[in-house]
Amino acid sequence: MTTTDYAALAREAGLPRVGARPPLVAYFKEMWERRHFATTMARYRIEATLSENRLGLAWVVLNPLLQAAVYGLIFGVIMPSSSRPPNFIPFLVTGFFIFTYFAQSFSQGAKAITGNASLVRSLSFPRMLLPISAVLQQLYQLVPMMIVLVVILVAFGEYPTWEWLLVVPILGLMTMFNLGVAFIAARLTVHLRDVTQIIPLITRILFYLTGIFYSLELVLADRPNLLKIAQLNPVHDYVALVRASMLDGQEHSTVLWVVASVSAVAFLVFGIVFFWKAEERYGHD
Amino acid sequence: MTELGKPTVVVDELHVEYRTFASGKAASDRRALLKRQRGVRIVHALKGVSFVVREGESIGVIGHNGSGKSTLMRSIAGLHTPSRGAVYASDRPALLGVNAALIGDLTGDKNVVLGGLALGMSPAEIEDRREEIIDFSGIAEFMDIPMKNYSSGMAARLRFSIAISKDHQILLVDEALAVGDKAFRDKSEQRIRDMRAQAGTVFLVSHSMRSILDTCTRVLWIDHGNLKMDGDPAEVVGAYEKSK
Repeated sequence: MTTTDYAALAREAGLPRVGARPPLVAYFKEMWERRHFATTMARYRIEATLSENRLGLAWVVLNPLLQAAVYGLIFGVIMPSSSRPPNFIPFLVTGFFIFTYFAQSFSQGAKAITGNASLVRSLSFPRMLLPISAVLQQLYQLVPMMIVLVVILVAFGEYPTWEWLLVVPILGLMTMFNLGVAFIAARLTVHLRDVTQIIPLITRILFYLTGIFYSLELVLADRPNLLKIAQLNPVHDYVALVRASMLDGQEHSTVLWVVASVSAVAFLVFGIVFFWKAEERYGHD
Repeated sequence: MTELGKPTVVVDELHVEYRTFASGKAASDRRALLKRQRGVRIVHALKGVSFVVREGESIGVIGHNGSGKSTLMRSIAGLHTPSRGAVYASDRPALLGVNAALIGDLTGDKNVVLGGLALGMSPAEIEDRREEIIDFSGIAEFMDIPMKNYSSGMAARLRFSIAISKDHQILLVDEALAVGDKAFRDKSEQRIRDMRAQAGTVFLVSHSMRSILDTCTRVLWIDHGNLKMDGDPAEVVGAYEKSK
């Protein structure tokens, strides 16, 4: 065999290297062309999981609702305390629903690549569509949850005001944050499967730090420094902002808005770059 | 073969290594986060394969099981990063493999839509082609059951139909035809010849020498990760059969 300079031959013919990670702009262009893949997949996934159950779509709402009921029973009825605000049920349900959006995006986002291994191995497309689709699925499921939430709030005497509309930009910021978290978790899981074992633990810790069944602001009222640190947790801030917009007696604060916005942008940008850097690696094991 | 067209695929000194735990689970991190190397085996699947494929060629790839044929296909498709060397191609190659189910939980019909979208078709385009894809697969009556319940032949038919619905310049077919029945195999082979006529490049991995001789203009024989022979189908197939 003669020694041919294959690389030069390819250069001459203008052939690009296969599997090379495209530059970020081209990557986004390609994703945009295939955006329907992410939305359709999210929709089909919901339909597939729901068709297996008798109650179908009702479970999207029933599941978090029943869990909230357990916490309501334990902490509202059996162990009432001064750390809980007066309108406890709306406070609890709002917090629980919003937190569920984060927790599900986190855990489903982490499985986005490893859980779709056969798809990743058989077709090549921008892999970022998979975690995006996972978060979209949660976003779609949030819609019926928000409708039920409104019904519950009205039933417990919280009436709609114009301020409720603030929930839309808040959830917009939260979606950016969730996407960032899903990108990071998805790549980490590819490198180290063990990450999926730690995710429930992290979620649990965040659940307690976020103040779902108690109010951080009430518990830490006389320790302002500790409260400031607690408010650096973006998940708490999204939950607190939604509560402030929808419930009486919960207040917005600049700190919450600043942390919520900065972490949304920071996590999204870091997540995109972090995920994209390893694009060539997905599906190779 | 010098009178042929422009190069479409260039494979340059391609080496591929797999790191696997002896338990069969893939190593999750090449930097070995936990310094423990117990049971790690490195499998050198391809040891420096080089060749050039030009427009209008259809390449048969033969070799015994475990010789590296599928690894070669996966590397050309960009689904496996080479440890050394590189693959260059004029278009993103599309791989059809036997063990590639799409999404098992979803029905065949939904897999058609998702597969098409992932290949870069628009929703309108899929709406147009959907009938055609399902017709070609010949399993229209099973479109409403989840793909995980399909037989391997049915799944392979559907995957093949999805993959060829888009006009690829470079198509890699890995044993996908072997599971289909005769009628489907004939139909697929006709489709492959049509593609080649449109200046497309086709790679066909098969253990059926008849398929290879019927569809290919050139044959690569991969043996233990090396390119053992590269040339005229009859000649290479003859040498391969003699070696057994």
